[in-house]
This record gives sequence, structure tokens and C-alpha cells, in this order.
Amino acid sequence: MIGDLWAWFGDPANMQGEEGVWNRLVEHSLLTVTATLIAVLIGLPIALWLGHVGRGGVLAVNISNVGRAVPTFAVLLLLSIGPLGTADLGPYGRAGLATLVALVLFALPPVITNAYVGMREVDRDTVEAARGMGMQGGQLLRRVELPLAMPLIIAGVRLAVVQVWATATIAALVAGPGLGRIITLGFRRLDTVQVVAGALVVAVIALLLEGLMTGLQRVGDPVARARRTSASATAGRAR
Amino acid sequence: MGAAPSAADSNCLVRNEWICAEYLSSRASQLGEAVVQHIWITVLSVLLGLLAALPLALLARRYRRLEWFVVGATTALYTIPSLALFSLLLPVTGLSASTVVVGLVLYSLTILVRNVLEGLRGVPADVRESALGMGYGSARLLFRVEIPLALPSIMAGMRVATVSTVALTTVGAIIGFGGLGNLLFEAVNTQFRPQVLTAGVLCVVLAVAFDLLLVAMQRVLTPWSKAQVTA
Repeated sequence: MIGDLWAWFGDPANMQGEEGVWNRLVEHSLLTVTATLIAVLIGLPIALWLGHVGRGGVLAVNISNVGRAVPTFAVLLLLSIGPLGTADLGPYGRAGLATLVALVLFALPPVITNAYVGMREVDRDTVEAARGMGMQGGQLLRRVELPLAMPLIIAGVRLAVVQVWATATIAALVAGPGLGRIITLGFRRLDTVQVVAGALVVAVIALLLEGLMTGLQRVGDPVARARRTSASATAGRAR
Repeated sequence: MGAAPSAADSNCLVRNEWICAEYLSSRASQLGEAVVQHIWITVLSVLLGLLAALPLALLARRYRRLEWFVVGATTALYTIPSLALFSLLLPVTGLSASTVVVGLVLYSLTILVRNVLEGLRGVPADVRESALGMGYGSARLLFRVEIPLALPSIMAGMRVATVSTVALTTVGAIIGFGGLGNLLFEAVNTQFRPQVLTAGVLCVVLAVAFDLLLVAMQRVLTPWSKAQVTA
């Protein structure tokens, strides 16, 4: 099997051209980045505002439960045989629009729920202290709530990226774009090596993305960062 | 238009309408089969997942170093897209229901191991001490004291795992074992709208029904604590 896989990846016919790994990788990555960005641009302002004013909690939290219960496959199919169609959308490939809309829909819940919970979990005493120092509205949001909610906000984006990457793979089931096409084509040709090769590419990059986002989450946590710098400062003094 | 509607035009199946009562009546047996397959795949996967999660959580609790590994590995598994995971299992389990079930079991572990571990950790130390003082052995302590007290956390995990398993089962259609997903997969080529909408809606209905059932089970199993409907 490993030898077969090696040979599969070594064959330029599998890597190049419209059906090749590189083209599908570009489609898949473009879809993931675009959908995540749109979801963040739409979802984050809503979640931050709801969290700031402390309203709409039931909605913000339950949207994730709803997102979990709805099969991505069904939504992709509904959109592509429905009004959005399967027309090509530039570099996004076949059924690009339907795929993008589905991806955004599934990226929104984790972004909104985590950012909202992050905002609500900011220590109320800290917020009161900031108010006592004369901070209000936007200033309070930017300088106190947002930095303290940052770890959960980034966690939400991390979950969204993982979700979008996975859903973009399923787009291939409705003959959409992306790396999943290598897998579905392999199934159609009864070519187990191709199926596994496509799955490997999808899985390895998913793990890399998760690792990257976890790293970003660590960097984006102001409390942990402050602890690290103060720890190294203390260490510096001891020397 | 214009002419009097023929018999064919008045049929929503022919007009390929999203909502079509005739679809429900004429394909009832096909729908029933798909629902039955969906249910057994989901139930089997989540139960096997729970069965595997218990010893894993116990190991993780016993050995600190394994905790990092077990939680890390199950989290990593969850980031692998379902279509890819089923495909990676293909050389091992072939085009059989096992491929789908094993994949779904692996996914359910992510949430179940965490919640079982969290539940066991939440058992107050003095409760454990008094049970030991009363002469409970470790097995009896686990099954009579710790697991019952961990049930709210375990059941919360079961709800999340079950609802996501219902949705993920549809992807099993690529192997031919996707329950309602099989109907969706068929509709990719036929573009049969009532089939897509019906199968999609039935998936959500199944997920909600399982969730309500688990809430009810939790009420019965832990009469001392009120089950939260919105967890």
C-alpha cells in the first residue's frame, strides 16, 4: 500500500491538470480562506455586540447546537440543486457559489458562540474596574473585553477552520470543487490507492491547520503572554 | 401553461417540487429503510464509542502522561474530515458498514472521553473517601459511586456525540451505508428535490428526537439532579 501511494504521488498525471492534486488543493484552500474570512466578518461583529450588551445569549449559544444537528451534505445538496446551481465560479470551481454559501453557514456557529461566550466570561469585576477608571462603550470593548475574550474568539475561528476544511471535502459528494474530488473519483474508479491518497492529503493538511490555529490561540492569549513575559523578566533578574 | 393541466402536470413528483406529499406516500418503504439504517448506525456507533471511552478515560485518569496522549489523539482524530477518515479506513475494513461505524466511533471518542474524564474528576474526594471507608472495592466504587455521580457530564457528552453522529452518518453514503445520506447521494444524479428536502429534514428530526430521548433518560437515571434542557 505504501509503495502504491508513493507511486501515486510520484505520477505527474495525478498531480497536474484540472483533476490533479495541486489544482484541487488551490480550490480547497481558496474556499477555506474565503469562507472563514466571510464568517468572521459577519459573525464576529454580531457576537461581540451581543456579548457587549449581554443580549441574545440563547440564540448565540444554541446556534452551535443547531449547526451540529444539520448534515453538511444535505445543505450542500439543497443549495446546489436549488437556486444557487452548480455553475463554475472562477477559481472556486464547479458549484463554487453553493459550496461557499454552505461553508459560511457552517463556519458561523462556532465563531458566534465562542466569541459570545468569551465576551460574557470576561470577569465582571474587571469590567466594573475599567468603568470606574472612566472607560466606556467602545473603549471598554477594545481595551478590556476584546483582549480578555481573545483566546475564545480565536478558539471559535479555529473550530470554524476545521469545520470549513471538512465541509469543503464533502462538497465533492455533490460534484463540487476541492480535494474531496480526488476521493470521490477514486471511489468511482474503484481505485483504493487514489481514495487513500486523496484522504491522506486532506487529513494531513487538516492536522497542520489545527496545529497552526492552536499556536495562534496561544500567541493571542494576552494573559498567558503577560505571564510568559513576566516569567522571563523574573528569570532575567535571577540571573 | 395555457392548456388544461394534464394528469402529469398536476403531479408534484413530475414537477420536481421540494415539498411533495406524494413523494412521502409513494416512497414510504424506501424512506423507512433509510431511517432504520440511520438509526442503527448511529446507536451502534455511539454505544461502542461510550464503551471505548470509559476505559480510555480511566487510563487517562490513572496515568497523567497518558491523559495528554489520549485527549490529544482523540482531538486530532476529530479534525480529520469524515470523508477522509472513512476513506483512510477503506483498506482496513473495506466497503462495509464497519468502515462507517468505526469512523463514527472514533469521532464520538473526542467528546465522550473528555466528558467521562471531566465527570469522574468532578466526584468529590470526600465522597470517594467515605465509600472507601465503608469498604467499597475499586470496581464497586467506580460503578456504584463514581459513574453515577459522573452521569450528568457523561450524558451531556452523549447528547453532543449522538447529535453530531446523526449528521455525520450521511457521509457514509460514499460506502453505501449512510442511512438517509444514501437518499441524498442518489439525488445528486437524479436532482430529485423532494428526496433531498425530505432526507435532510428527517436527519434533523432524528437528531432532535435522539436529543430529547437522552434528556429523558438523564432525568430517569439521575433523579437527584434536574437535567438541563439547554446544555
